[in-house]
Amino acid sequence: MTLTAEKKEKAPFSNRLKRNFIKHRSLYLIALPIALFYLLFKYVPMFGIVISFQDYRPGKGFWGSDFAGLKHFIDFLTNPTASRTIRNTLVINLYQLIFGFPAPIILALLLNELKLPLFKKTVQTISYMPHFISLVVICGMIKDFSSTYGVFNDVITFLGFERDNLLGNVDLYRGIYVGSGIWKGIGWGSILYLATLSGADPNLYEAAVIDGAGRWKQMVHITLPTIIPIAILQLIMRIGSMMSEGAEKTILLYSPLVYEKADLISSFVYRRGLQEMNFSYGAAVGLFNSVINLTLLVAANRLARKATGESMW
Amino acid sequence: MVEQKNIPNRIFDAVNVIILLILAAVCLYPMLHVVFGSFSEPALLSSHTGFLLKPLGFTLKGYEIVFQNPNIWSGYANTLFYVIVGTLLRIFMTMLGAYVLSQKTFLLRRVFMMFFVFTMYFGGGLIPDYLLVTRLGLLNTRWALIIPSLIATWNMIILRTAFSQVPASLEESARLDGAGDMTILFRIFLPTCKASIAVIIMYYAVGEWNSWFSAAIYLPARRDLYPLQLFLREILIANSSGGNTTGAIGSSDPDIVAALIEEVVRYSTICIATIPILCAYPFIQKYFVKGVMMGSIKE
Repeated sequence: MTLTAEKKEKAPFSNRLKRNFIKHRSLYLIALPIALFYLLFKYVPMFGIVISFQDYRPGKGFWGSDFAGLKHFIDFLTNPTASRTIRNTLVINLYQLIFGFPAPIILALLLNELKLPLFKKTVQTISYMPHFISLVVICGMIKDFSSTYGVFNDVITFLGFERDNLLGNVDLYRGIYVGSGIWKGIGWGSILYLATLSGADPNLYEAAVIDGAGRWKQMVHITLPTIIPIAILQLIMRIGSMMSEGAEKTILLYSPLVYEKADLISSFVYRRGLQEMNFSYGAAVGLFNSVINLTLLVAANRLARKATGESMW
Repeated sequence: MVEQKNIPNRIFDAVNVIILLILAAVCLYPMLHVVFGSFSEPALLSSHTGFLLKPLGFTLKGYEIVFQNPNIWSGYANTLFYVIVGTLLRIFMTMLGAYVLSQKTFLLRRVFMMFFVFTMYFGGGLIPDYLLVTRLGLLNTRWALIIPSLIATWNMIILRTAFSQVPASLEESARLDGAGDMTILFRIFLPTCKASIAVIIMYYAVGEWNSWFSAAIYLPARRDLYPLQLFLREILIANSSGGNTTGAIGSSDPDIVAALIEEVVRYSTICIATIPILCAYPFIQKYFVKGVMMGSIKE
């Protein structure tokens, strides 16, 4: 048998598939229900997007409903009540990125500097708890604390201001929304960064001290670079889901008083599309949302790759 | 970390501890406020301003009223059903999917992977999902809360990574002994990846316990199928009494009594709904770090 320089020719794919199927029939059998699940519950709804371009009526079904072209999209973009949801979604997400994204990182950095293991463990355990409390309960607490005679107002009065129904105050709503989000997620979010930090090489730190680096220099040159790759990945994932999140919390917290600044695209779809049964309109807005999401994700990924070499794919 | 014991370092450490103390207090206080309030006398509570550092007076009236609310009981029963049945079905399906994706002999492995992962980034949206569930006849049934969300792709991928790290030798020797796929999955992968599976179970279970939105959409006409969270929403957010009857207190002016005790009842309701999670909390603690790390490792 001589070694040749030719590449071994592979049999045509369909043949290989058939052989694979016969040899590993049971695998295909197991894969079947999984594939069916995805097909039915994930891919079939994608075809439902078609109603965005129709005037869908449940009675008439997909084939019978009238064609509507881009009517719903234009409606959405030109109606101020509708299009302000875009602004709100972007603004609230921006706040969340600026304040909410660094918060777990900072917590992890602070915890990492602690030298008292028991205290550290206690703080960590306490900080994780809000993550496990249900959103309904948390929003219930927010509502209670923000009410005119609730705890928040007690503090406000103490500081010399007037009592107010905080959740009904259009200018305060976003602060409460973002702030409570940070409260809920800061502990759980810090786990990832803390775990990454604990894998840092202690020799690096020792070498740095020998070279005369103070705490601050150590943090900037050793600690931060350890975290940055994973932080970027997290950021990309966050950006990629930005636009479609927030429906549940918004629905629980908002009221007509604050729609102006509180209504997100996702809560708008729920209220106008589902509750008011404008199915086509809701589907159109939802599609718009999904496309923006995907675009943001791809853009964020590309940007991250260009800037730092880290990316999701 | 090696460092000098000089003044700036000491100050930094002290400030650090103070900041973290404040943080811990801020995280903890809202929950303490609720617990203390739930045991407090209604009149004392409503006239009190500022922080609660202990229950004001002591009464179980709030809890009494909550327990007398039939919706709480039916909500609890329903939630237990959704959590137990839902998690079992979900972990089973997720394991099947993870197994198939981890088998290198499966020719369509990459194809399936792309097929699944794509759904994480794009989907039909709320309305098409709703229309599908309706057309399948699942509206107003228990199964609407379980079946459409049987597999969380992210969890399946995490499990797949765990499965593919099982030493090949274990599987090979099992196959030589004539083991089939299901045997290998449940007799080899399951015990070996116990921790990972426990984490996924935790994710599914906690997620289901806390979920309310699916029920809100898919159970419009069946209050008897409502999970606990949905009744909570009525009581806490929609400002209705949600089935609580305060007439049982018997007083001169039912309106005043009802209004006064409403806050205590709300706090008691929150406590009752959150107790199971908090009880499970110490047991699932050890899985947190593993759970988070599993999700972050790139393939």
